[in-house]
Amino acid sequence: MSLHKSLAAATAMTLVMSGAVHAQTTVTIATVNNGDMVRMQGLSDEFTAAHPDIQLEWVTLEENVLRQRVTQDIAAKGGQFDVMTIGTYEVPIWGAQDWLVSLNDLPAEWDADDILPAIRNGLTVDGELYAAPFYGESSMVMYRKDLMENAGLEMPEAPTWENIKEAAAAMTDKENEIYGVCLRGKAGWGENMAFLTAMANSFGARWFDEEWKPELNGEEWATAVNFYMDLMNNYGPPGASTNGFNENLSLFQQGKCGMWIDATVAASFVTNPNDSTVADKVGFALAPDNGLGKRGNWLWAWSLAIPAGSDATDAAKTFVAWATSKEYTELVASKEGWANVPPGTRTSLYENPEYSKVPFAAMTLGSINAADPTAPSVKPVPYTGVQFVAIPEFAGIATQVGQEISAALAGQQSVEEALDKAQALTADEMEAAGY
Amino acid sequence: MATQHSRSAARLMMAPAVVLLLGWMLVPLIMTLYFSFKKYLPLRGGDLGWVGLDNYVRFVTSSSFWPSVLATLAIVGGVLIITVVFGVLLAILLNQPMWGQGIVRILVIAPFFVMPTVSALVWKNMFMDPVNGLFAHLWKFFGAAPVEWLSQASLTSIVMIVSWQWLPFATLILLTAIQSLDSEQLEAAEMDGAPPLARFGYITLPHLGRAITVVVLIQTIFLLAIFAEIFVTTQGSFGTRTLTYLIYQRVLESQNVGLGSAGGVYAIILANIVAIFLMRMVGKNLDA
Amino acid sequence: MARAVTQQRKIINTAAAWGVGLLIFFPILWTILTSFKTEAQAISDPPVFLAFDWTLENYSVVMERSDYMRFLWNSVIIAGGSTLLGIIVAVPAAWSMAFVPSKRTKDILLWMLSTKMLPAVGVLYPIYLLFINLGLLDTRTGLVIVLMLMNLPIIVWMLYTYFKEIPGEILEAARMDGAALKEEILYVLTPMAVPGIASTVLLNFILAWNEAFWTLNLTAAKAAPLTAFIASYSSPEGLFYAKLSAASTMAIAPILILGWFSQKQLVSGLTFGAVK
Repeated sequence: MSLHKSLAAATAMTLVMSGAVHAQTTVTIATVNNGDMVRMQGLSDEFTAAHPDIQLEWVTLEENVLRQRVTQDIAAKGGQFDVMTIGTYEVPIWGAQDWLVSLNDLPAEWDADDILPAIRNGLTVDGELYAAPFYGESSMVMYRKDLMENAGLEMPEAPTWENIKEAAAAMTDKENEIYGVCLRGKAGWGENMAFLTAMANSFGARWFDEEWKPELNGEEWATAVNFYMDLMNNYGPPGASTNGFNENLSLFQQGKCGMWIDATVAASFVTNPNDSTVADKVGFALAPDNGLGKRGNWLWAWSLAIPAGSDATDAAKTFVAWATSKEYTELVASKEGWANVPPGTRTSLYENPEYSKVPFAAMTLGSINAADPTAPSVKPVPYTGVQFVAIPEFAGIATQVGQEISAALAGQQSVEEALDKAQALTADEMEAAGY
Repeated sequence: MATQHSRSAARLMMAPAVVLLLGWMLVPLIMTLYFSFKKYLPLRGGDLGWVGLDNYVRFVTSSSFWPSVLATLAIVGGVLIITVVFGVLLAILLNQPMWGQGIVRILVIAPFFVMPTVSALVWKNMFMDPVNGLFAHLWKFFGAAPVEWLSQASLTSIVMIVSWQWLPFATLILLTAIQSLDSEQLEAAEMDGAPPLARFGYITLPHLGRAITVVVLIQTIFLLAIFAEIFVTTQGSFGTRTLTYLIYQRVLESQNVGLGSAGGVYAIILANIVAIFLMRMVGKNLDA
Repeated sequence: MARAVTQQRKIINTAAAWGVGLLIFFPILWTILTSFKTEAQAISDPPVFLAFDWTLENYSVVMERSDYMRFLWNSVIIAGGSTLLGIIVAVPAAWSMAFVPSKRTKDILLWMLSTKMLPAVGVLYPIYLLFINLGLLDTRTGLVIVLMLMNLPIIVWMLYTYFKEIPGEILEAARMDGAALKEEILYVLTPMAVPGIASTVLLNFILAWNEAFWTLNLTAAKAAPLTAFIASYSSPEGLFYAKLSAASTMAIAPILILGWFSQKQLVSGLTFGAVK
């Protein structure tokens, strides 16, 4: 071996050794494969460059698989993850069990008071903030301005369900594969039931009365679900009973939907000219109401939480603070433009003059502020949550209810049958849980 | 015959496999039995005490139970029929003289190498999607309305996907069996003027009996447990909730470990009922 | 005359077999083709078959987003390790059952098969707790053990049926020549058993490679194989057919290529005693 080579080898050795002296902390992050999260993963090099002692390991999974993995792990205390991506449904339940690390002690410059109050409340249990919101969303109407114009209609800023039906009827052109309205039909508590629960709220329906008795076979639910069926069967795309958020996004981007009532985050995807064929033709309106004082919009925040028992709590906090900071927002804005920053979490973002130029900014903020998780429906309820009920049993129950409604949408049973079955299985599960 | 010495050597050689499998069977089984008599809700603090047979009663009286048993049997039965019938036909075809037999065989066995998650994703999105799927384009091309496969023909769709995955396996085993068939016997029958159908019914099919049994047995073991195909496509909607999937919903979606464990015990019972039938068949064939 | 008839039949057979073969292979072919399209071409109406602008963009997006090599390596280790371990345990067992059968041999064999009837979902929770206590979560060792145990009954059975067809007379002849048990195994039986073992190895490797329940539920970042890799590409936001196809192709390509190269070995031993 030449002297040169052995010197090089020795240098390499020293480098390796010195790296080992600086004990590296590994932070394992479980996250969902949404666009914003994938972007965060891409930008995380900036984080590791600033924190060479922290190494990030990513577990990126599709939403359903992710939920199954993190729930299983936290319930069995497997300790597989240091940061988990969870939502406003999980946080109150897990927080109350002391399964999450309180984030009240994040650094002052993280500025907890800047978080939108509705979002912050949803992630706080007994005064402890248990998760940092990565992006927040409500739901709203996204519609095709060009098709509305052709139909000679104008979308009100705050439409009623009747407005929606009228517009859907006018825009539907099945010959040319344009469907008046695309809504979620795929079964799942986070899919069709998120939409339907929010919609049912505006029809005055609720999941449970104050005594935790299910009300699914009540009149309000029947009216709401029948209205939904009517919209979908007459003006919806084919195969609607298997369409979730992603499928509808794809349809809308291809120009096949006149209207789409769904998450506010979708606004940045449908207005992005790289992915969307209708980017410059999209208008926004508040989620519809039925004149009863509640709108059919939900409230959700994909958030980063640290499970209790993580062996890298401090490093995980450093990462969570970075990913949900104002600086991260600016980083995304500098690389991808303001329209692509994670929306819906901070007051400062909506006060930023640059961001207010984004077409959907005001409507997103308005929608988020219009949702009230503590009083979601017209009548009083014993639970919190707009499009969900924050009890551990809800995910299982609502997924099965969603399957019954999905089957009704596919024409395999009547709405009445579906709701009767839903009522029976809900009562059964609630009894099993000890209500 | 075998000496005492070789007998004890044989026992020793078998020991690792038997001990390992005994452990793999008993440990989870005992734990499942233990949980099945408990009210065990991880999201409500875990162990909430003994409840006797409550979980068993609740699981079996739930309105989803019998439909799930039927869905399981329908999927297993459907796939078995399709793979055996088409497997036999395909094996006969592949056994004929032709050009490029090796390449055709490669094409036919390819689906067996595809992981279930991938095949379910590909079928669901690229073929069965009612707007962008290839089937939808094909139907439209012929002027028909696209079928909403996964909702309106849900069981059929799942049977199709799973059959596609398992057809190669059946074909291969049946092909090996056909290749061992005495061709002189067939030729003699042909000389005697026996029509093709009779030749098939009296010579080929009986010869394949053993191979068919093997295919049925092995596939049943795997088919009773299919999960990924349903998880990816319908998530148990539209009557595709099998017993395995129902247990998944109880354990993971509802986080009711006690109830799910009781379901697991029922699944073991069902599997063993099916197994007893199969083993009788195979047992006879193994002796023969 | 007779020659012409057979020639004609051969043409028909060839056409039919190729037709069926291509039909069965088509979903895979379509996936591979789609992986080279842009997202817009992937959903174009009418669909394009070959006349599109071939692009490698999807592959570079996937490579950039996930550490493919690590998933691949984990798959290789887990499938390879469980196969190796399984063969080490299964060969002696199958051997003794085939050559020194007792009254209970068949019962033991059927019992082994019946252990495969335990539904994985039903025992996830117990196994998960066990793995936590043994420190096996997210380790390749843990998966190697689980997959070995899962496939053990099948490979014992497959080997047993293969060994049983090795004629006993050869053994007796060797014994007459005064061969000891060790020599008998080493020089007489092993050469005859190799094709069966090779085929079993391949089948076990394929089954382990494609297993998607335990590999997904017992891993996080370190030990996750390709089944977890594909779980991060199913239905992300927006158009994803081309990227999904690229990820799918990457997940199945290694095993597909291995399978094609070794299909002769796989086929020759894959009888499960179906041939008498």
